[in-house]
Formats: sequence, C-alpha cells, structure tokens
Amino acid sequence: MLRIGVSRLLQHGSRHTAASAAAASAARAQSSAPEKIEVFIDDIPVMVPPGTTVLQAAAEAGVEIPRFCYHERLSVAGNCRMCLVEVEKSVKPVAACAMPVMKGWRIKTNSEMTRKAREGVMEFLLINHPLDCPICDQGGECDLQDQSMTFGSDRTRFLDTKRAVQDKNIGPLVKTIMTRCIHCTRCVRFATEIAGVEDLGTTGRGNDMQIGTYVEKMLMSELSGNVIDLCPVGALTSKPYAFTARPWEIRRTDSIDVMDAVGSNIVVNHRTGEVLRILPQVNEEINEEWLSDKSRFAYDGLKRQRLLYPMVKDSSGELRSCEWEDALIVAAKALKSADGSVAAIAGGLVDAESLVALKDLVNKLGGESTCTEEIFPDAGTGTDLRSSYLLNTKIVGVEEADLIVFIGTNPRYEAPLFNARVRKAWMYNELNAAIIGPKVDLTYDCEHLGDDPSIIGKLLNGSHPFSQRLNTAKRPMIVVGTSLLARPDGGVLYSQLLQLSQKLRSGCEGGAEWRVLNVLQRVASQVAALDLGYTPGVTDICNHPPKVLYLLGADEGAITRDQLPKDMLVIYQGHHGDRGAEMADVILPGAAYTEKTATYVNTEGRAQLTRAALVPPGMAREDWKIIRALSEIVGTKLPYDCLDDVRMRLTEISPNLTRYGEVEEANYFTQASALAQLVSGKQDTTPIDVPQKKLEDFYMTNSITRASPTMAKCIAAVRKEAANRYIE
Amino acid sequence: MLSSLAKTLASVRGVRHIHRSAAASSDALFSHVDTPENNVDTPFEFTPENLKRAKAIMSIYPDGHKKAAVIPLLDLAQRQVGNWLPISAMHAVASLLQMPRMRVYEVATFYTMFVRDPVGKYHVQVCTNTPCWLRGSDDIMAAVQEKLGIKTGETTKDGLFTLSEMECLGACVNAPMIQINDDYYEDLQVSDTQEILDTLAAGKKPKAGPRNGRFAAEPLGGLTSLTGPPPGPGFKVRDDL
Repeated sequence: MLRIGVSRLLQHGSRHTAASAAAASAARAQSSAPEKIEVFIDDIPVMVPPGTTVLQAAAEAGVEIPRFCYHERLSVAGNCRMCLVEVEKSVKPVAACAMPVMKGWRIKTNSEMTRKAREGVMEFLLINHPLDCPICDQGGECDLQDQSMTFGSDRTRFLDTKRAVQDKNIGPLVKTIMTRCIHCTRCVRFATEIAGVEDLGTTGRGNDMQIGTYVEKMLMSELSGNVIDLCPVGALTSKPYAFTARPWEIRRTDSIDVMDAVGSNIVVNHRTGEVLRILPQVNEEINEEWLSDKSRFAYDGLKRQRLLYPMVKDSSGELRSCEWEDALIVAAKALKSADGSVAAIAGGLVDAESLVALKDLVNKLGGESTCTEEIFPDAGTGTDLRSSYLLNTKIVGVEEADLIVFIGTNPRYEAPLFNARVRKAWMYNELNAAIIGPKVDLTYDCEHLGDDPSIIGKLLNGSHPFSQRLNTAKRPMIVVGTSLLARPDGGVLYSQLLQLSQKLRSGCEGGAEWRVLNVLQRVASQVAALDLGYTPGVTDICNHPPKVLYLLGADEGAITRDQLPKDMLVIYQGHHGDRGAEMADVILPGAAYTEKTATYVNTEGRAQLTRAALVPPGMAREDWKIIRALSEIVGTKLPYDCLDDVRMRLTEISPNLTRYGEVEEANYFTQASALAQLVSGKQDTTPIDVPQKKLEDFYMTNSITRASPTMAKCIAAVRKEAANRYIE
Repeated sequence: MLSSLAKTLASVRGVRHIHRSAAASSDALFSHVDTPENNVDTPFEFTPENLKRAKAIMSIYPDGHKKAAVIPLLDLAQRQVGNWLPISAMHAVASLLQMPRMRVYEVATFYTMFVRDPVGKYHVQVCTNTPCWLRGSDDIMAAVQEKLGIKTGETTKDGLFTLSEMECLGACVNAPMIQINDDYYEDLQVSDTQEILDTLAAGKKPKAGPRNGRFAAEPLGGLTSLTGPPPGPGFKVRDDL
C-alpha cells in the first residue's frame, strides 16, 4: 500500500537517513517561511508559493485550464495532456498540472501554440472515442463533450477503424462502457488512494491499454460510486440511473444525507416527484466531495414500501387505510384516556423538529419517557454533558491527530467518509491507527489490540503495552462506537474511557484545546435527540410499559410487540412500512428526508438542514405537522404554528440546533471524567463486537435501505463475490 | 504481412492519396479469461531453488521498495513454468512481494515478453519487420508454417512448437532471424530453418547464432577494418606535440 511520509522513509534503514533528514529540514524551512514567487498568467501577475503548479497558479488568477486527468484530491498523473499551455521562452508547450512554476514565468493560456496543442490533444483523444453521445448517460455533463466543443476541431481527419474495448462487470452500482474510456486513470487513482481498494488498474499498453480489473471481480468498496463522478467521460456511469434522465431536465435541491451520522452534503436530483439520483456536494469539513454508496444509491428505497395513507387497526386486527381525521381521532382518544401513561420512542432517521414536537406533546400529556432506539449509557453524567456524546475533534480534526484508537466501532461501514478522512490522514500525515474490537479491514494499517474489554481498563491504569504509545502521542484521538456503549457494561467501559481521555488530554501536546474523546454515532437523529433531552435506550419503557406508545420512525426493533402488554395502543409515525409499522395499531404516514425541510445534527454536533425536494407521497405529511395536528385534537395544543415557531422552540432548548453549518464546541470533559470515577459496576468478559464487519453488513441499516432494491442487489453481489477465487 | 500490405496499397494507388495504416493492435487479450490450462487453480509454486533465487533478487532492493523486484520475479516464474506465465504464478509473485495482485497484472500485461497464454516447449518467434522482410522473412515464415503444419499463434498437436510473429528483435544485421526460446538463429535460409526445427523435434539442441558461417555480426567476407594490431598512443598525433 502506498503511504507518504518522512518518518516512514526513516524507518527504511540508515542508508536513507541523510536524504530524508534533508527532505525533512527542507519541508520545515518551507513551512516556516514560504516566500512567494511572482508569475504572470496571460499577463495577470499572481504571487504563489514555490512548488505551485502552473494549473494551480492559473486557478489563482481566475483562469481555468482544461483538464481530464488532473483532480485536486488525487495524485497528479499528467497523462491526458489536455492542460498543455505555452510558457514564454519554452520551445514546447508544458503540461500545466505537473509543472511547478518558476519565478517570473509568463504563461499564455490562450495563445496560438496553446490552442493548437489543445486541438491536437483533443483530436488524439477522440481517435478511439466512440461518438455515441446520444445514447451515453454522461451526455450533457461530459467533460469531453464540453471541452471538445470549446477547444476541439470541428472536423475529423481520422478515417480508420476505432478500437473497441470489452466492458467490465464491476458490480451492481457502476456501469462500464470501456470503449469510451480516455485513460485518465482518475478511477484507478481514486480506488488506490482514497478507497484503499487496489482492484483497478491499467492493463496492456499503447493502443491496447485499457482500464479494468484484469480478472473478473467486483469493485468491493463502500465508496465505489464516486468513480462515476470522477469519470470525465461516459465510461463509468451509474447503473441504477442508466438511461433515466438528462442533466438539463433535472431539478436540483441541496440537502443532507441521513444514512449515517456524518451528515454528508448532497444534491438531490429529482423530476416529476421522483428522486432520480443523489450526488455529493462539496463540504470540506464533512465529506469533501465524496459520498458513500449507501447515501448515493439507496434513493430507490424512497419509492417502495412507503406508508401512503393513515391506517387504523379494525376489530379483526387488520390495518385499514382511512382518512387523516379518523386516524387522528383514534390516536387522540387513546392519548387522552391514557391519562399521562404515554411514552415515545424515536428512530434513527427522525429530524429535530418532529423530535421536539413529540417530546413537547408527550410531556404536556403527562408522560415522562421519551426515548431513542440507539442506546447510550446513563452511568456518570450520562448524556447530560454534550461533550460526552459528540465527535469532539470534528471530522477535520483527524488531519491534525497523530494516533487514533477505535474502540468497538468499524468506521469503514458506520461512517465511510470519516474513515476516508482517517485514511487520508494516514497517507499524508503521520497518523497511526489502532483498534480494540474485532479484526476488520479499514483500508489502512491498523494495529489490532484485541477484542477483550479489559484492555480499556489496562490502558487506563497504564499496564497495557500500548499505553506507552498512547501517552507519548501528541494529539491522540479515541473513537468510541455506540455499539460498545450499548453493551450491558457499556457504562463501566465508557466511564473508563472518559477518564482515559481526560488523562491523555492533560498530558498531550495539544493541551486543553485538543479533545481526545470522540463518540462515533451511527444514526442521523441521535445527537439532536440527546440535545433535546431524549433518554437513550428503551429499558424504561420495557420496565414501566405505558398505555400508549408513540413510535416516531422507530424501525430497528429495539422493542417488540411481545415485550409489550396486549392492551397497549401503539401509534407509529414514519415513512416506511417496516418493523415499527408492523406492530402498530394506528399508522400516521410521515415524510422521508428528501420530502421535508428539517434539521439534522451530525455526530460532530453540526446542525444542518435538509430541504424538501419533493412532496410526501399519497396522504403523507411533514412529521412535525402531524404531531402538531394531533396535539390540537388531544386538546393540548402545541404552541407553534409554522416551521419558524418550531425552530424558535428548538433554539429555546438548545441554541446550537439552529446554528446551521456550525459546530458548537462542547468542553466538559473534566466534569464528566470526575463523575465517571464514581461509576462502578460489573464488567463483562464478552469480547467487543461490532454489528457491521463485512461489506455486506453495510448496505442495509435503516428502513429506507431495507426497502431499496439496489441495496439488495449490492448485498447479493457481495455474497456472490465470496465464491470468487480472484478476490484476495 | 508487409508484402500483402504493399499490395493493398498498390491497389488503391491513384484512388485516394491518404495514408492509412492497419490498426496496431496486439492479438493478445488484456483481460484474463479462465481456461482449463490457465486459471486461479493452475498449480504454481516456486521450487526451493527458485525461491532462493527470488529471495536473492529481492535482497537487491531496499526495504519498502521490494515490489521493484516484480519484473525479475515474473521472469523467474515464467522460466520455471516454461515460456509462459499462468495467472497463479502472478498471484504467487504478488504474495511474495506483498503487493496487490492488480499491480502485478499491470506489469505482466505491459511487457510483451511475459506470455500469458500457454505455449509449446519451443516458442518459435519469427521476426517480420522491415530488414528481415527485405531479406526474405516471408519465406522463413512460410517454411516454418509448412514444416510444423500450424499458422501464426498456433501450437502443434504434440505441444512442442508454438509459432509467433514478432516485431523487431534487434538482430537486423543478421536478418532474417528467428528466436526460439532464449536463442537467436540468424542469417537463415529456408533449409537452415527446416534443419533447426528438425533438430529440435529430435530432442537435440541446434547451434545458435548466424548460419552463413560468420561470427556474430562481423562482415561475411572477413574483416574490412580493424585488420591490423591496434596502434599505440601517439598515433597520428603531430610530431611537435
């Protein structure tokens, strides 16, 4: 595997020491005083640090140089030659993406030589490119199409036969039409550098060169969909989206992904009340410009298994669809007659607005227990202090860390983009990783410390061999998975981790500003729910069953009908007919994340807004409105009539919930750690486990993905690949 | 090959004055297709002595750059199997160098001397590039085809010979020539070619090198220069210096 770093070189033995020491001092000198040099782009002077490429300098001057193979987040390949530009006094045009600028260079991006060079390159690129734009899915958003219109010749001189390349089968998500490939190798570099799956490569040479896997195998990555965005031509396109729409027919709505707790920024592409595809949107602090396959391809689950009409169980015990009025009256009657014995459970896809409305309703009715399905220990300070349940260093913080320890989590599948960030830091910075839990492949070197929970205690008292490294780390990070905290002894383990983090924090170079403890949440609603005062876990409800149970999108089966008394009325509000709706007596159809403008708080504690791209299907309505309507019928009218009022209420409880895009810092580690010392309990010896170990566990984790045929195809394909002998 | 091309060109002469060339594509596939002889289960393991050689080759390269040994190791594997490189051998090299298999496939497909399909015991490679062609490589090719009863790219039924057409093998001064496994047979007549193939079929090793009696690439009629002893220092230097 490739990893770049000065101290890596130092490890290779003494013969390299002198050279790499020189490189290190050079790097230091550069970072201390980067003296800028002046270059001229089309006679516009710009000051750039040394080492800047011509292409970057041009971007600084606001001049865009055409390119195919160059990509900011990938290594420089310099093989498409589209970025050739003239440099004054240079006899040949230079490749702008790979050439560092020198002092006083005059770069001409629109001279005769540059234009001829581009036209020539374009002619070569089009030699073997089929002109099948009318049937190509990339049409309208194709770099080759756009650039050949701008820079290419209007006629061809090529009369020979074009070559054809066999299409590859790399799984159910990425469609390949390899004849269209122009060999930019972006996909190869993405797979190697970012996804960490070295299955793509270039085989053959010259006219016979092709991109592929050589042997027939699937691209087994949770980030594989990104090669579709990277491909500048139509060689790699989306299989589920094939022949669906042209980009100019599509309406785009910026939104937030809720498939995991990372809160990736997305653009929902939709037309005529249907989500056609989901694309990532750049957010440097969260997902850069990548998106996980689940977030990108689970959208077809939004069209299936939807709850379209309110339903009420009739006397024969069967759910029958009815009018809103009927369903709300049945629910209201039950809530009223419960006389305060009301409880609520919120699932993982719920927005903050409906969470606050439901909590207010339950509290107004006299109920006390509002719970989340996801469990979090209540030992010590529990969820009272915000810093105890957030990813405190933030996702970008990974790039400053030098040691990361995962405990009871598999970030690769629980938060693929967080893991991609860790891989980035592992590759370019000096980040080392270790894991306590089952041995899983994280795409980078990760020291496996074992799966015994007693290791945490040993790290705390310093008797574990790894303690030495943890103590000497400058900026250590401890990332705790919520599946660890859901264990019966989660509280004890968590209190140990709180103390360990506090100990490391006081000793490390980062000081008080550096936050060691990080909780990696798995579901999108959890942080908002905890901010609003929901109780994590449903034990309270199991112990004291209420007369009416209100399930708000609770589909993970935290509680089953068998655990509840027969005469209890279960109201389910949500968007999918999944496990929650199965056990309900009254069903109130709600909106999915693409159908409502709602607040979600990611695992960092960053509030973000999804925006309604579509209207909810059938008679389904926005969730907070349903609860508001119900409250009026029950007779405890909630004091908000519009979205702004709900947001006011959110702000009242916790102002960070409406500070969109920002992370409200939380810093109560000292107090949390002090109180954690009081926690005592029996520690289990069961090995630490995580629910998502292999790629097939990744695709279906919530009600939307369970309804998605594409996700089902992915799982089937991954299972089939298990028999493929060419998979290492 | 080129003569047929010349004929084609002659026939279109006067019709259109546009230079056209045949698509320069290899006949080899650049994606793997499982065959009974070549699949993931094809047995391959480095023999103990080859493993020792492999370790020696790897020791040349510094730590962290062991994968630079991929070309010599693939060659070693190809020699062990006998003229060709099964996919299982690529896998063995990948695991020995601890590099992803794809990176080994890339190298093995890039170099044409790594043969990825089974070939016979003797891989007869006839050069047909311009100098050899001018010196009669078409006749040599025809002789080989007739003698072995196979066409280019085929293997004889007994599995002894595989015939390939090659691009320039770098022995133009000794044209026409053929390469059989590691040996060059040069300055060939049709009769020489037949004799070489007969000798090989009989299980003996024919004499490699030029067939017209000269040594290596020396002129046929004896040396034309460097005939005397080499002059000493001061040769042709002005007296006054």
